[in-house]
Amino acid sequence: MSFPDPIAVFRTEAAELLEQVEAGLLDLNVNLGDKDQIDAVFRGLHTLKGSGAMFGFEALAAFTHHCETAFDRVRKGEVPATQALVTAVLGAKDHMRALVETPAGDHEATSEALLATLRNAVEGSGSGSGATSSAASGPAQILYKIHFGLPQNSMANGTNPLPLLDELRDLGECRIVADRSAIPSLDVLFPTDLHISWDVELLTTQPRSAIDDVFIFVMDDMELEITTVEAPAPVAAAPVKSAPAGAAVEAAPAPAVTQQQAVAPAAAPAPAVPTEAKQNKASENVRVPAEKLDELMDRVGELVIAQSRLSQLAGGSGDLQLRAVSEDVERLSGELRDTMMVLRMVPVAHLFSRFRRLVHDLAHETGKTIELVTEGESTEVDKSVIERLADPLVHLVRNSCDHGLETPEERIAAGKPAAGRIFLSARQQAGEVIITIKDDGRGINKERVRAKAESSGLIAANASLSEQELYQLIFQPGFSTASQVTNLSGRGVGMDVVKRTIDALRGTINVASHTGTGSEISLAIPLTLAIIDGLLVRVGAGRYVLPLSAVEECLELSIEDDMRSRGRSFISLRDSLVPFIRLRDLFRTGTKPDPFQKVVVISTGSERVGLVVDQIIGDHQTVIKAMSKLHHDVATFSGATILGDGDVALILDVGHLVAEGQQQEAHLRAAG
Amino acid sequence: MTASILTVDDSASIRLTTRVALSNAGYQITEAVDGLDGIAKLNAGQFDLVVTDLNMPNMDGLTMIRELRKLPAHMGVPVIFLTTESDNDLKQQAKAAGATGWLTKPFDPESLVKIVKKVLGR
Repeated sequence: MSFPDPIAVFRTEAAELLEQVEAGLLDLNVNLGDKDQIDAVFRGLHTLKGSGAMFGFEALAAFTHHCETAFDRVRKGEVPATQALVTAVLGAKDHMRALVETPAGDHEATSEALLATLRNAVEGSGSGSGATSSAASGPAQILYKIHFGLPQNSMANGTNPLPLLDELRDLGECRIVADRSAIPSLDVLFPTDLHISWDVELLTTQPRSAIDDVFIFVMDDMELEITTVEAPAPVAAAPVKSAPAGAAVEAAPAPAVTQQQAVAPAAAPAPAVPTEAKQNKASENVRVPAEKLDELMDRVGELVIAQSRLSQLAGGSGDLQLRAVSEDVERLSGELRDTMMVLRMVPVAHLFSRFRRLVHDLAHETGKTIELVTEGESTEVDKSVIERLADPLVHLVRNSCDHGLETPEERIAAGKPAAGRIFLSARQQAGEVIITIKDDGRGINKERVRAKAESSGLIAANASLSEQELYQLIFQPGFSTASQVTNLSGRGVGMDVVKRTIDALRGTINVASHTGTGSEISLAIPLTLAIIDGLLVRVGAGRYVLPLSAVEECLELSIEDDMRSRGRSFISLRDSLVPFIRLRDLFRTGTKPDPFQKVVVISTGSERVGLVVDQIIGDHQTVIKAMSKLHHDVATFSGATILGDGDVALILDVGHLVAEGQQQEAHLRAAG
Repeated sequence: MTASILTVDDSASIRLTTRVALSNAGYQITEAVDGLDGIAKLNAGQFDLVVTDLNMPNMDGLTMIRELRKLPAHMGVPVIFLTTESDNDLKQQAKAAGATGWLTKPFDPESLVKIVKKVLGR
């Protein structure tokens, strides 16, 4: 196995750190005095700077250094945390991302502009104390790269290497990586012998002799290399010159960080461990590229198909031993599939967290006060579903912020609290995850939706529409009721994209709204896109799969019942009429119906419809294969699967069929 | 927990100086008058650090360090020896015998405390 590319590892780590920083900043924005968040932001910036320097992202390290310094001062109570500072560092954070992604790009102008904003934010907080000493006047910081190894018997002779590391830390900011490569195997390891050597990056204003002093007792016998690297903050000089009064950001001298040491990244180029036993939790995880997981999923899919072929063969033969093996394989592949599913599940917390930033920015742009309340972050959804949900959710949250929520004045006038709230929640329900975006704004203006739909020819004037149908119109392309187009939304693009994406995920959208109290949009998405439990049925000569999660019950449809219904296509199911669709007719099989047809009742939440099939074959583990682009607009089917005997079965789109059934019902009702 | 230190010196005045300096710094002090006494005290207790002179009657410092390193219970105990500027040869011998660090005589109490802190760590 090869080592992963350290730069790629750093990028992943940096992205996580930046997210942490952002989360901390946003929390801080809510509660400016939150000491934990101040520390968290500082730590994030500190680690980012340290790792950045280590992996050659010099510009990033230099830039981050200023933000870190600013937060160090906040941490030490020298300057207060302010909204301006949080906003400035949020902006800087985005720039750091750019520095991580394109370190070679030309970022100087942006860096300087952001640092100027940062300086103003720190200055603006009214602290003049730090401005007296500037980085330019203090002793210059030097970055030392130190490599040292102690004599093998030094521990036996009473030299403890840890105090030496502590002494180095006392000199300045340290990044310490232990090199364990020389540790022999256990059978020849003598416990008091020392085999570890260390690489230390020390950023300090102290002279070289101070480092020598650390090693004074072991100097003669040890292995010690000290090299000096250039001062790591070359950018500092320019802003200081152009804005002498604004030097406060640079003012704090090298923060002697002692309590939280730079922990080596989980996969440094050499097998390295943090010098202290502070193994963080993350190191117990294995990072796997997403496409490898997809590949594994494909293999599991193929295995499931092969297994169902085996089951069929074994079932058809009288060989008991073969059957036993086949049953074992079936059980194992089922378990494997379940494990695979769990591997692909990720909590929506990650998805939700990005909305905090979005809402923060939106509040800023619209001048509204908006609070984001999230719920059910631990709900887990298939990775690929999460990825595809991101864009639609952004549109919906934007819409709520922009159209849904009123301005603070309007809200106060309406007797509501000035701060608008957006609720983002996720929960699991059967085989689906329900994601709800709710606001306590003005609600959807039904008259305006209708007027707009009529004027743009989407519906006929005076057409009778249910509330739900009316709301669904907002997902039509080109539909926008906003009287003013803002920077954020109102261009009429977006909602139709939402609809299309959710359709592609085999999900449904439900809209509820109350004038004056807010609106609620729920997205119901299948938990996974890859494998489902299906019910295999036969219609004519063809076989089809229904998602088992949508199946409510199966009934027999006697010829008499069928005759009696006379095309009215309703069955009475425990005192309620359920419309049914004859799939034989729908698919125009041209075959004669079986004498005892079956009705499979499927539902999406509250709506039900019966599907008349010729035979119910049974459960089927269905590996979903997408249909080709050619069949993209076939609405009745959502995909296809390969059966045990190699035949293809189409997967019925439940949402579409239920809608069809309801339409049929409405039609018949209207006809009397 | 207070660190416990054994000081080994045949000179009473040096023993007193070290005792005062290290007690004031918060350490627990046990005294021995020569190498033999030092080994006996070591065997009777548990120490975090030994500060010893080199030139002593009965058993000199070098021998005591060598003996001490042979005792499994005291194998990794840091040993600081007191030496004079001129005696570089002796310093090398003491290091070879297994000493951890040294302090050049004459010394002031502060530098002794500093060295002890350095070797004991935080």
